[in-house]
Amino acid sequence: MRKYDKLIFEVSKPGRKAYNLPALDVEDKCIKSFIPEEFLSDTELDFPEVSEVDVIRHYTNLSHKNYGVDTGFYPLGSCTMKYNPKINEDTARMDGFANIHPYQMEGCIQGSLQLMYELDKALAEIAGMDKMSLQPAAGAHGELTGIMVIKAYHEKNGDSKRTKIIVPDSAHGTNPATAAMAGYDIVEVKSTKNGLVDLESLKAVVGDDTAGLMLTNPNTLGLFEKDIKEIAKIVHDAGGQLYYDGANANAILGHARPGDMGFDVVHFNIHKTFSTPHGGGGPGSGPIGVKKHLMEFLPVPLVNKDEDRYYLDYDVPNTIGKVKDFYGHFGILVRAYTYILTMGSDGLKKASEMAVLNANYMANKLKEYYYLPIDTLFKHEFVLGGLKDTLSEVTTLDIAKRLLDHGYHPPTVYFPLIINQAIMIEPTETESKETLDEFIDAMIKISKESSENPQVVKDAPHNTIVRRPDETKAARNPVLKYEG
Amino acid sequence: MFPYIPTTYEEEQEMLKSIGLNSADDLFNDIPKDIQLNRELNLPKAKSELEVKSYLTSLAKKNCSLSELTCFLGAGAYDHYIPSIIDHIISRSEFYTSYTPYQPEISQGTLQYIFEFQTLLCRLTGMDVANASLYDGGTAVVEAALMAAAMAKKDEIIVSKTVRPETRQILETYAHIQNLKVIEVDMKDGVTDLEALDKLMNNNTAAVIVQSPNFFGIIEDLKATSEIAHKVKKASFIASVDPISLAILKRPGDLGVDVVVGEAQGMGIPLSFGGPYLGFMAAKKGYMRKLPGRIVGETEDKDGKRSYVLTLTAREQHIRREKATSNICSNQGLNALAATIYMVTMGKEGLKEVAMQSTKKAHYAFEELTKSGKYKPLFNKPFFKEFAITSDIDAENINIKLRKENIIGGYHLGKDYPQFKNSILYAVTEKRTKDEIDKLSSVLEGIK
Amino acid sequence: MKVAKDLLYTNDHEWVKVEGEVALIGIADYAQHHLGDIVYVELPEIDDEIAKEDSFSAVESVKAAADIYMPVSGKVIEVNEELIDDPALLNADPYENWMIKIEITSKEELEELMTSEEYEKFLAEEE
Repeated sequence: MRKYDKLIFEVSKPGRKAYNLPALDVEDKCIKSFIPEEFLSDTELDFPEVSEVDVIRHYTNLSHKNYGVDTGFYPLGSCTMKYNPKINEDTARMDGFANIHPYQMEGCIQGSLQLMYELDKALAEIAGMDKMSLQPAAGAHGELTGIMVIKAYHEKNGDSKRTKIIVPDSAHGTNPATAAMAGYDIVEVKSTKNGLVDLESLKAVVGDDTAGLMLTNPNTLGLFEKDIKEIAKIVHDAGGQLYYDGANANAILGHARPGDMGFDVVHFNIHKTFSTPHGGGGPGSGPIGVKKHLMEFLPVPLVNKDEDRYYLDYDVPNTIGKVKDFYGHFGILVRAYTYILTMGSDGLKKASEMAVLNANYMANKLKEYYYLPIDTLFKHEFVLGGLKDTLSEVTTLDIAKRLLDHGYHPPTVYFPLIINQAIMIEPTETESKETLDEFIDAMIKISKESSENPQVVKDAPHNTIVRRPDETKAARNPVLKYEG
Repeated sequence: MFPYIPTTYEEEQEMLKSIGLNSADDLFNDIPKDIQLNRELNLPKAKSELEVKSYLTSLAKKNCSLSELTCFLGAGAYDHYIPSIIDHIISRSEFYTSYTPYQPEISQGTLQYIFEFQTLLCRLTGMDVANASLYDGGTAVVEAALMAAAMAKKDEIIVSKTVRPETRQILETYAHIQNLKVIEVDMKDGVTDLEALDKLMNNNTAAVIVQSPNFFGIIEDLKATSEIAHKVKKASFIASVDPISLAILKRPGDLGVDVVVGEAQGMGIPLSFGGPYLGFMAAKKGYMRKLPGRIVGETEDKDGKRSYVLTLTAREQHIRREKATSNICSNQGLNALAATIYMVTMGKEGLKEVAMQSTKKAHYAFEELTKSGKYKPLFNKPFFKEFAITSDIDAENINIKLRKENIIGGYHLGKDYPQFKNSILYAVTEKRTKDEIDKLSSVLEGIK
Repeated sequence: MKVAKDLLYTNDHEWVKVEGEVALIGIADYAQHHLGDIVYVELPEIDDEIAKEDSFSAVESVKAAADIYMPVSGKVIEVNEELIDDPALLNADPYENWMIKIEITSKEELEELMTSEEYEKFLAEEE
């Protein structure tokens, strides 16, 4: 591959174009006869001028500078980088799904509504909940919507003292950020030495000011919160609601359901658990599910069915309102439903089994070389605390960068915050034993290298197209657009 | 065996043994028995690709696709031309199967196109900085309002009634949880009533929000609005715009707007029954460190090579946690790529041509539809690609009659504005032909 | 960790230098060290009146962000503009590079702060 380092603006040449539109077939009147001159632009648009081949070559070259799940192993903890099946891409692009305007009349959108209705039912069954809203655009958006539902519930009960949301110290950063955005104060509850919610600390912080608890189960250490029923009881007895962050749902499909654990609200990250692509940052989708007592607060519209007719239901008595344009990320929902149909009840269950098996297999092989702070049965991911040799000058960041030289996407690093030098590994079920073994070998090699020749690790990566771009420089003197 | 799960039975046994377990069920021993699901999920069993495709095809066929109909419906989602090249590039799996670009060494592709996206948006809007995109146009307006309120430490948001109704509903939802007060300013002949706005401005005003072209397709006077909005100290002037219109209209950045937001679905993204779309936000420099969402910046690597990284991350939830400017931790990555390709493919001349043709065809349609006097203009103001007309005929009935002629009619404004019962908002993009417009006109003439 | 003499300290690692009715406020060496390379300093506006323990500034590094709190209540009379252009000054010498100058509202609040000797002890216990 030749070296390519141009921006599209640097490819531009006056006079080139990459498009062709039909000639205007109505009378060509002067624009000024329609729009007053004071509103019209008097400058040229400063956009590139390129040919179609220029565009294709440019972005194909950029794609070569990227690494996707299709390129190789992507053990990014808490992100569930499983394979993105190709049939999903085909179904989302079906003419009858891709070319539908959201405001077409009900009789013209029955297929979309039926798909959403069936997906709603399927997700509710997987979660053990009563009704879903497919509207939220992403996991964080699902969290916010769910917390709004909880807030509306307390408001309806006239329970205005409830100003606090409890979050474990191992939680994803979005949990406290979401609760704060919803106007709540955050109370952090400590984890025990075993990485689980400390029941005594929890008891000490709940009270009549508790609006709810946000919890990931399995948690960010990959551990199942086995006291979940007791946790639910403590929170419920205090009058709070229980929120399930579905980031780690890939561990328990068909084995356990948040609804049965006592959770009142759930969100799923469709782009994690249900195989839709991450797209370099999005679009994802974060549907939420609730128990019956919260249904009246869900955002509008819901998708419901009246005999054979599917319809958008705006008649939700105490709805929180709308949370996004239209009805959700429909194109992503088509992919997720395709996946659920393909996997079936048996395939989803098997997926979780293999995701969990792969994580435990890797943890067991790696703990000889890396510090495993909690050595137990994991769910779909586990967290290492850097090298076993605590005196080594090689940090987790160095290890991650050295993995790039081996051709891997590194695991999630420095999260969760409660583990020093954290390396969070989530293999997912779609990786073969050979892939896991090769990655384990690379990790072992790096650990040996760290004691024998640490400088090589500290200087990594060596063979990537760029090496440790300077983030401090980027943040001190931000250059956020091309000025050429 | 399942096609996406490679582990063979023998490997599974071997791996279980290596961790001292006997069966896959043992992997779930840490889940208390009473919450283990002791039955199969009530879902169909796994199906083959052929079966799944055939079923989904049957669902898709129950919809009426725009490829077989002529669409005059807009109201926030538009049937613009999408160059073939876009889907080919965004289908490259190096793009769509990658994660948020946390590891810059192997994410320069994503990082660079976001940098290009930010640059294009700044040039289009006349702003200093842009983020890597937001969920959609509606939530982008809301994020801008929340940012303005947080920065000004004030709690009143003034929004024009000519802003898209769904956007205002989302704003209400979010304002409620943050204890912000939303005040709607009335309209006059289809545009924001600036005298009324002037009276509403006070020391608690954190932001003024207008949309241009507004929900009725009419171009608002951003310059005059900006002067009123800036009478109050620390108030932000937020404008939601149709990015395509900026190829011919003056740039918001040159008219005193502080934060520009909008929906970029029209730039290369399929209608897809309402999503996923592409919200964007661009702003004046002073907002740089308070913007929600991802931002990419240029820097140098160890060897002095130009490279790109996610930057200004101290604003974000993974560092700030409860003090973050927003809980957003994603962007619409792949759709931002689609819009980037759209902008460079259409380029300097093409985007202008799309905007020009849309305007000219919309005005042709407007003249044809109102010619006989049966349908009257609802407003008398300059518009871009959408316009509203009114009559005594029941709007739903009109749309049913049009549908019989394979035409998707416009948006019934009476749904959101009771005073505009039986008024319909028509959208005309560059894709509509003279013949299609003439047919719409003749069918409408024939409706009783 | 360096601890400058003749300053008063908080347990959030801010320092105060009292000069009559006026005080300079900044962050201690410990704080800059833990933040790492500082990339941005947000400062209040002149005439802002800020109460003790309320945040008056945010300091950002690439990987962290910290709110900086008022050691004593006061009215801002000057901010160190140099930090806006060159935030790295806080890394270079956090005691020389003060952040804000205030008019102290209630001098008795000073009594609640630590002397440099007390702060040194406090740091030893923190380690």
